[in-house]
Amino acid sequence: MVVFVVQSAVASRIPLLSGAVDLPLLFLAGWALQERVEAAWTWAIVAGIFAAFYSAMPPLVYLGGYLLVVFLARFVQRQVWQLPILAMFTVSFLGTILLHLLSFLVLSFSGSSLVLADVLTLITLPTLFLNFLLAIPIHSMMRDLAVWAFPLKELV
Amino acid sequence: MKNLFSRSAQTVILFFVIAGILALALGGYLNFASTGLNTALVAAQSWISVRFVAAQEFITLPRDSLTLRQENAQLAEEVSRLQAQVLQYQQQAGETKSLAALVNFSRSNPENAYTAASVIGRDPSPFLHYIIIDRGSADGLRRGMPVVTDQGLVGRVDAVISNAARVQLITDPASAVNVRLEKADRDVVVVGSVSGDLSLDLVAQDVTLEVGDILITSGLGGGYPADLIVGQILNVRKRDSDIFQKASIQPVVDFAALKIVLVATNFRPVDISPLLPVP
Repeated sequence: MVVFVVQSAVASRIPLLSGAVDLPLLFLAGWALQERVEAAWTWAIVAGIFAAFYSAMPPLVYLGGYLLVVFLARFVQRQVWQLPILAMFTVSFLGTILLHLLSFLVLSFSGSSLVLADVLTLITLPTLFLNFLLAIPIHSMMRDLAVWAFPLKELV
Repeated sequence: MKNLFSRSAQTVILFFVIAGILALALGGYLNFASTGLNTALVAAQSWISVRFVAAQEFITLPRDSLTLRQENAQLAEEVSRLQAQVLQYQQQAGETKSLAALVNFSRSNPENAYTAASVIGRDPSPFLHYIIIDRGSADGLRRGMPVVTDQGLVGRVDAVISNAARVQLITDPASAVNVRLEKADRDVVVVGSVSGDLSLDLVAQDVTLEVGDILITSGLGGGYPADLIVGQILNVRKRDSDIFQKASIQPVVDFAALKIVLVATNFRPVDISPLLPVP
């Protein structure tokens, strides 16, 4: 809830061209990439519900997009990659692309006049840039939160 | 006896010498000597004084430094407090100015009842141009009500909860506003875009579009009340090979700096969708 409040009241008011950092996506990706976290799917649904409450976008876009982000994060995390930063960048990149592609398709079908080139240059690329900027600090924050929330049993 | 005379003579001579010096001094004949003496004396005193004061400051410096630091901290705190106060006053002055403009607008349009609302957020999706305001159904807001500022049309209410509402800006890609060209006296449609720019699309070639022409809502379609200023034509793209001509619109409202808006609460939008022919 706090993330959505910050996104709506602050992040969306600091655009780069027409793009803005996607804090819910980054927090969700950072959280889902933590090995100790098991309830990332639940958080994706919760985030999707909040997004549907805040945004005029059709609810299934955010719900589906966030579930895809968690799926991507889980997929990447189970692979051989042991570089969490690289995994975070990968999930941020693919998640942003997927979410924007989904938004573009749904809005185009619903009658909005969107030009793909404009969407790429004015929205998607600036959003990717801003998401990359905040990917590392948010991943670190989520890692600390996961360590705090789910301490290892031998350390308890 | 000789010694006594000698002493008396010495005393007398000494007296005359002193008297002579005094007489010379009183007569002003020793000024050069007294000036030189005074100069040397003042110079010596200054030299000693400067060094004494320096030594005194050196000895008492820690105490003064502490005092100065405390005073400096107090003054810095005072400056910070006053700066915060100035910012607060500036913000209040800005809000008062905005509110005064809105009140003037409301008074100049007595046919409508307005509810003022603050902009508290924007749509999280960068694809959409919506704002969130802090007034809702409890304040009489309903879906479809037009939203304006003293400058012109902002958009219309898209969704309402009890104490907040979401407003679709006219810059949204899905927005279309029927407007009238003031000079040409023709009805056209202003559409938004993902970049937030407004444009006139599908304008017939025979319509005369002039840069600077004012666009006002026509009221057609029942979505918006008539005679609200939307913007003015910025440039026209007209090519003989095209069927339609296009124009970029400069909106009168600064959508990036929206803080307070007015919702026309007595306007009831007309839903004409059942009357539209189904393809």
